[in-house]
Formats: sequence, structure tokens, C-alpha cells
Amino acid sequence: MKSEAAKANCLPRVEGGVALPDTIKGERMADLNRQLFEPSRLFEAVLRGRTFSEAPDITTRISGIYPVAHQMSACHAMEDAFGMNVQGPIRDLRRLLYCGQWISSHAFQIHMLHAPDFLGCKDAILLAKVYPTEVQRGLRLIKMGNEIVSLLGGRAIHSINIRVGGFYKMPARSGLDSLVEKLKRARDAALETVRWVAKFSFPEFEPDYEFVALQSEEDEYPFNEGRLVSNKGLDINIREYDRHLVEEHVPHSNALHSTIKERGSYFVGPQARYNLNFDKLSPLAQEAARAAGLGSVCLNPFRNIIVRSVETLYACDEAIRIIEHFEMPDKPAANVKAHAGTGYGCTEAPCGVLYHRFSLDKNGVILDAKIVSPTSAEPEVAGVKGGRTGQG
Amino acid sequence: MTREPKPKLAIWKFTSCDGCKLGLLDCEDQFLVMAGAVEIANFSPGSQAGAMGLYDIALVEGSITTQHDVERIHAIRRASKFLVTIGACAAAGGIRALRNFHDVKELASIVHARPDYTQALDKSTPIADHVFVDFELRGCPINKMQLVEVVSAFLNGRKPNTSPHSVCIECKLRGTVCVMVASGVPCLGPATQAGCGAICPAYTRGCYGCFGPKETPNTASLNTWWRPLGVNQPDLAGAFRDFNAGAEPFRTESNSHEK
Repeated sequence: MKSEAAKANCLPRVEGGVALPDTIKGERMADLNRQLFEPSRLFEAVLRGRTFSEAPDITTRISGIYPVAHQMSACHAMEDAFGMNVQGPIRDLRRLLYCGQWISSHAFQIHMLHAPDFLGCKDAILLAKVYPTEVQRGLRLIKMGNEIVSLLGGRAIHSINIRVGGFYKMPARSGLDSLVEKLKRARDAALETVRWVAKFSFPEFEPDYEFVALQSEEDEYPFNEGRLVSNKGLDINIREYDRHLVEEHVPHSNALHSTIKERGSYFVGPQARYNLNFDKLSPLAQEAARAAGLGSVCLNPFRNIIVRSVETLYACDEAIRIIEHFEMPDKPAANVKAHAGTGYGCTEAPCGVLYHRFSLDKNGVILDAKIVSPTSAEPEVAGVKGGRTGQG
Repeated sequence: MTREPKPKLAIWKFTSCDGCKLGLLDCEDQFLVMAGAVEIANFSPGSQAGAMGLYDIALVEGSITTQHDVERIHAIRRASKFLVTIGACAAAGGIRALRNFHDVKELASIVHARPDYTQALDKSTPIADHVFVDFELRGCPINKMQLVEVVSAFLNGRKPNTSPHSVCIECKLRGTVCVMVASGVPCLGPATQAGCGAICPAYTRGCYGCFGPKETPNTASLNTWWRPLGVNQPDLAGAFRDFNAGAEPFRTESNSHEK
């Protein structure tokens, strides 16, 4: 970047449409303002007046990259409002659904979005010419994740089988069983991916981030629930979310930027989860992480790609475990009885904590909605400011 | 022997969730085959239409919600031989067209502390409101197999083979028992275009119309079937106000149920 004026009208492979309008002078990026030009989509406003049961189907349309996450956060928030706590096989299948979402989304990010930058290719299509084996492996993993989501959800993007309380229909036992062998092959592929990305070269860079992620009270890596914790002392029930985290509107962006009241910007996603939950990864995933040169904490954001591949491996491992222990429930969903109240839901989208809050009237009609997407939690680094993706 | 240059395919994103565009990657096996048959000239999210040549096929995802979008879609149309829209946003304005029923400034003030920082047009509009569209592929999201069919049809100079009939026909083809007749579940299938494979009824729920209106839908008649199932006036309006709320037959029907 030395003495070079840099300007980007659109950063490629960045969700939400992001521009860097200012020039970069000298060797340092001086107060760079990212501009988010993806227009505001006003989801929180149009949700008002809709019925609670419509929220999973509407909010999934916020992101085609992690649609399952919005459905899960919406379901958990509604169930919280109604005083429900869905356990047992339905909870297990929700974790399995999340495994599918992580595998496809992580494999997509690793192979299509991030690897091209590390390997000096303009995009994934060029990468496929130089590294055909690796890209095909990535596509196989994407397919594996999509197959899980399709089986449980009816289709890979904007699934139709997810409802408050559980599912419309349980998958056939034979359908679940048929995934196991494929998942074992996918787990081998994911291990190969960990080894591949571990060989990339990474600049030395370890900023003092505040990592925020869910931490489950059970002995499990977080997907759907837990307390919201950080490495700098945050430790809250998600019902206290709004007392500790706030969103502000920055002038150069169509999106909101989320910060922790006391300390400012924070970091979510694979690396945050990993740093706060390493001991809850499966033995295989821990072993692969160590072999890839990671400790139980990883501070270098460039190495996020290794952490992401470790999580992909974990998701394959966890999916196999869930299917092998799964017992078919009597009915596909818990009974739902709507009443007035406010509910909170927080789940781990592939790219980090996704928060939903709904206030409902006595018939379950939405009076107020708040949605904080993981991408609004972009940390400020080297003067780079600004929330990233359009949440609403 | 000279090799003919490969046809150039570009994918452009407007205001959307990226889901339809990802449908292309979701074609996994077919993706690399397709990538071999065409030159994918642009796939970056939100790329600018400035430095481009002529494209044989432009796939356009998303709806028009800013002045900048309006300028960009005209530039893309000028540079494209065929312009094919993918998804409900591009065909009907998408879920964002719900704003068209409200005052957008009021909505913006609910979401944003500083609505003056945001830039948006009053309405979310389909691509065909602005430029000529050669083909609209429906769905929220699109069906990836239909996408492969449409791209291959345009590459071979033939009409895409997609059915304009209702979801009901797909249920019959699939052998799904009618959820409305057998279980009394309200279903938009009779008014909705096929293409999804009738997934919802196969999962015991009613269709919610994500592929938009079929050709000549009789939405008024569907209402008379829904009422005995216990669906009231506001819910009838809501049923037609989802991802294709801006499509004319659905818009008219939902408006007729407003107090």
C-alpha cells in the first residue's frame, strides 16, 4: 500500500455491499470509513402487525447466506415469549439443522470467499482452475451441508419446515441414517481442508479484540442457546442483551453498528466461539486444531479461516453424533399457545451471534421487533469504522 | 481449428438476501459444468456496471430500491443481450415491497435513529418496471434446477421449459394428498405458480405463495374456501402480503381485505 492511493467502489466477496471511498495514504490506513451501500431493508418495521408464526419465514429472507440462523433465533425468541423451553429430540434436530448450516456456509466462505484472497486469485472461478481438487472438495462440503438442511427443512435456502415449537414434519429415520456415511466422508474432507488452509501464510497481527459468543451451560459447543459471554467480562443472560449492547447509526452507512456500552466494538463469529468454547469441541476437532498450529485461543483474525475449517470439522462430527443418538419423537412440534409478552432469542449464525427480540400482543401479533445481525458487530481496527451489513 | 469464444454470463445483485444468486453455487455438480460452458464474467456481490463489455446473459437478482439502482439497471440492460431476472425480489419487489403499503419515512424512523442517513426510494420495485426483461424466473428462493434449465435454454436459443400452472398440479404429480381438502389447512397452492416442487404440502403445511401468482389466478374464489377454515380478514390480507406482495394479482387481493 506504500504511497498508493486506494479506493474501492465495492469490496468483492463482502456481504452487504461495502465501499472504501477514502484514499489510503502512506503505509497506514488513515481513518477509513467503510460505506455500506446496500439499502436499508426495513425488516424490523414490516414485521410489526404480523403474527408470531410468520416471523421465521419472514426473517429468513434477511439472509440467503445464513437463513437457518434467522429462523432459529426467531423461533427461540417466540418460544421465550410464550414461556416454552423445547427440549429432547426437537432440540437435537435443531442442532443438526445448524450443523448443516455451518458446514455449507463455512465451506462457502472458506473456498469461495476467503481462499482466493490468500492464494492471489481474483475469485473462486479462477481458484477452481489453479486448485481444482480443493475447490471441488469445498463444493462437496457445501453440498453436504445443504443436504442436511434440505432433509430437515425441505430446501437448502429459506427452509419451509421450520416453525415455532419445532417442525411441521419429522424427517424419515431412513433419511437421517442415509446421511451418516456421507457425513463420515465429509468429515474426512473437512480434515483435509483444515490441513490445506493451515499451510496458507498469515501476517503477524493480534489486536486486542473483545470476543463475544454464546457459552452453553451444557457440555456442548454453542449453536442455539447459552449465556452471552466475552473475554473481557461480559457474562449475561440474553434477556439482558439490550442493557449491555447498543446499536448506533453511523453517517456513512445504511446499516447500524453494534457496540458494547462499556467498552465499544467487539468481535463475533468462529474465532470468538472458539476462544470461549475450545474445551467443548469434540476431541477430533481439538486434535485437528492443535495439528494446524492453533492453541486454545487464537488472536490473529487472518487465522479465522483455520478456525472456520475446524468448526466445519466439528459440525460434521457433531452431526454424526446427533443422528446416531437420535430417537424419533411422538410429534414434530411442541404445542404453542400465544399470549402477550416479550421474547428473546440468540443463536450462533455461522458468522456469529444473531439476536432477535419480539414484543407480542395477546394474540401473538408482533408489536415491536429488534434484530441484530452478526455483521453489525464489526470491530474497529486500524481506524476502520462502521457496521457492515443491512439488518433491516 | 479455431475455438469459438464461450458465451459470457454475468450475475448482478440489487437489493436482496443473496439467496437466489447462491442458488447458482448450490448447483454444486452442475456449477462447474456450467462454469465450463460459459465464461462467468461477473459474480462479485454488488459489482459496478461500469467497466464491462457485452454479456450474452445477465442474471439479475434483487429489487430496485435506490436511485443508484435505477441507473445501474439501465447500464446493465444496455450491455446485455438477454436479461433474465432471478427470484421474487426481481420479479415483484420481494418482501421489501411490503414497504409499498406504508409511508417509507415512517418505517425508516422505526428502524433507524437517523433515517436521514439512509438512502432509499419510496417503493421497492421489480426490474421489469425499469427495463425490458427477457425472462423472469420465479421463487423465493428460485429452484436451482429451473435456473440450470433457463440458462441452458438461453444458451441454446430456445424457450425455457417452466410451467405457469399452479402448485396443485405439482402436488398431484408428486402424489401428495391435498392438505386443504384432507386436513383443512389453508393453502395458497391453487393461486401460486408451480416450480418449487410443491414442497410445503409434502411437509404437511399449506403453500405460502413464494413463487408468486400463477397465470390467471382466481384469488377471490380461494378466499371463499379459506373462510370456512377459520381464516379472518386481516390474515387473508397477510397471506397475500409476503414475498410477492408487489405482484399485481396478490396486491389487488390483499388490498381488498384492508379495512
